[in-house]
Amino acid sequence: MTVYLKQFFLLITLAFVTSMATQAQTVTTIKFDQLQELRQAPHDTLYVVNFWATWCKPCIKEMPYFEAAHAKYKDQPVRVILVSMDAVQDKEKRVLPFVQKRNLQSRLYLLDEPDGNTWIDRIEPKWSGAIPATMFFNNKRGQYEFIEREISQQELEELITKYKP
Amino acid sequence: MKNNRIPFLYMACLLLVGVLMAAIPATENSGYQVGDTARDFKLKNVDGKMVSMADYKDAKGFIVTFTCNTCPYSVAYEDRLIELHNKYAPKGYPIIAINPNDVKVSPKDSYKHMQVRAKEKNFPFPYVYDETQEITKAYGATRTPHLYVVQKQKDGKFKVAYIGTIDDNSREPEKVQKKYAEAALDELVAGKAVSQPNTKAIGCTIKWREA
Repeated sequence: MTVYLKQFFLLITLAFVTSMATQAQTVTTIKFDQLQELRQAPHDTLYVVNFWATWCKPCIKEMPYFEAAHAKYKDQPVRVILVSMDAVQDKEKRVLPFVQKRNLQSRLYLLDEPDGNTWIDRIEPKWSGAIPATMFFNNKRGQYEFIEREISQQELEELITKYKP
Repeated sequence: MKNNRIPFLYMACLLLVGVLMAAIPATENSGYQVGDTARDFKLKNVDGKMVSMADYKDAKGFIVTFTCNTCPYSVAYEDRLIELHNKYAPKGYPIIAINPNDVKVSPKDSYKHMQVRAKEKNFPFPYVYDETQEITKAYGATRTPHLYVVQKQKDGKFKVAYIGTIDDNSREPEKVQKKYAEAALDELVAGKAVSQPNTKAIGCTIKWREA
């Protein structure tokens, strides 16, 4: 009896720990200055920054690739960051439920800058403003690549393999 | 002497190839820049008739707007497009809205769906379909909505005067402070140069036909 009870508690504890570990990330609201800070991160790390929104179909299609890359390179100097372009007013109603439902594990930001014209050129003059768009950079090594379109899983994997320290 | 010339020509050819190759990526995604001459088109409107800029004898220019049924940003701007047209068509700058999206990639951007949406919103401007995406590529539109204000010249050509967005807040029209497109149009109507001819906004990618 006590053995069963012990096993039961062990199971419960395990389930709890597992649920903690896979809990979806929170979404941090940022302004442009914080995005710029991230873009200028001096570390010898490959940053993969994907710009998306809950209303953007091609973004949602490619999101599992970024999530898979996050899981695969978790213990390496590779940071996958998803920056939502959703309006800050939609954070509670749309973004958080989306993040919970998909159980997203990558680091999540929401950029609260409604006027793209004030910041798009400052982060990437080549960017016309369409999403999805993805940036790859390692400032320590002076590496940078920008893609303004949907990306395939293979392409993402190739770029990470190419640049990861 | 003669022998020396061959390597030189060979090098020159290599150099030329190199220059051409370097130029390819730049021309690939280039469309019109402000100051360029925009081509006319002949595209099917939701009423079944073909529309060209040349049809409008009295127009001073156009607000050529790449937009669609499905992009939430396009939808958010529908009422503002109607207002823009109603304000500037009498001043010589009507809107021509062009749907650039491929129907296979985005089924709800079909011609039939365009007809439904145009009727629901009672668009006072043509809403035409760029089925081959030829015009969209020529203009270099990349997102929806994406505006090109063109001004008719004395020789009848259309010069691009403004490329960009409508205003500074897609989500909340009541919080708009900068009406970028209107500012450009006001300057054109007043015979002035456009002081901010390029603006950017977040939008949906154009749904290109898959090869």
